[in-house]
Amino acid sequence: MMDQALIKIVLDTISWILLTAGAFFVLVGGIGALRMPNLYTRMHAASVTDTMGAVLVLCGVMVQAGLSLATIKLAAILLFLLITSPTSSYALAHAALLAGIKPAAGHAADEEHHA
Amino acid sequence: MNSAPDVPTDNHSARAHLARVLLLAVLLAAAWLLWSGFFKPLILMLGALSCAIVLITAHRMHLFDTDIFALRFTARLFRFWLWLGREIVRSSLEVTRIVLNPKLPIKPTVVEFDAHCEHPVDRVILGNSITLTPGTLTLSLDDQHFTVHALTEEGARDIQDGEMDRLVSELRSR
Repeated sequence: MMDQALIKIVLDTISWILLTAGAFFVLVGGIGALRMPNLYTRMHAASVTDTMGAVLVLCGVMVQAGLSLATIKLAAILLFLLITSPTSSYALAHAALLAGIKPAAGHAADEEHHA
Repeated sequence: MNSAPDVPTDNHSARAHLARVLLLAVLLAAAWLLWSGFFKPLILMLGALSCAIVLITAHRMHLFDTDIFALRFTARLFRFWLWLGREIVRSSLEVTRIVLNPKLPIKPTVVEFDAHCEHPVDRVILGNSITLTPGTLTLSLDDQHFTVHALTEEGARDIQDGEMDRLVSELRSR
């Protein structure tokens, strides 16, 4: 009885650490997307949310779900996210490139704007 | 991305084509049944419809003309995933430091290079792995020619070192 309660406390703690860390990286991604000067650099910041944010939050939820079908489904969601999010990022970046947004240009101008 | 429709297929290309369609159909049906767990006629019909839409879309994208089931689940692949995971953690922390630094020390750099990996699936793996790693972003993938945007010069150097390219091209060799 004691052991069960102890295990639950440990699992809850691990899960909360993962969720909080994930939330931190999602926040950093958001702050970065606001602070960065142009489209491509904003995408770099947002990718922190896509990777560390998503992985940590989903792992935290997996610890809560325990050994169940829900955990397998969450792992599948994580796998699909890790495949589809860079694919859609590529679609966005490539479309921006084709639309004529210069990757390096605009940086200096934007920096003036920020200063 | 660039899955060239004119990649040479094997001799029994019509048969290989059909085999790929059937394999994908079976995988999709199994995935639907496992994920939903409902066996009511309406749900099953919706599932069949979804699978059909995916197959038709894939056919229209000429996906079945290329060797789409090309991922080999070898120890090398899992080692690559571990390595990629470490890289993602390392560069996430790096980008986090940059974002939270009041000076915002970025130096956007564009790198172009020719990848060593030849198989279309490998090139997609490399392009996606570069994008998945925060701080580097694949802008364009034209045959073997990659254009990558890096947030810092250090990130650009990592790409030019080509370690990821080397690891991805080794995935297919035994």
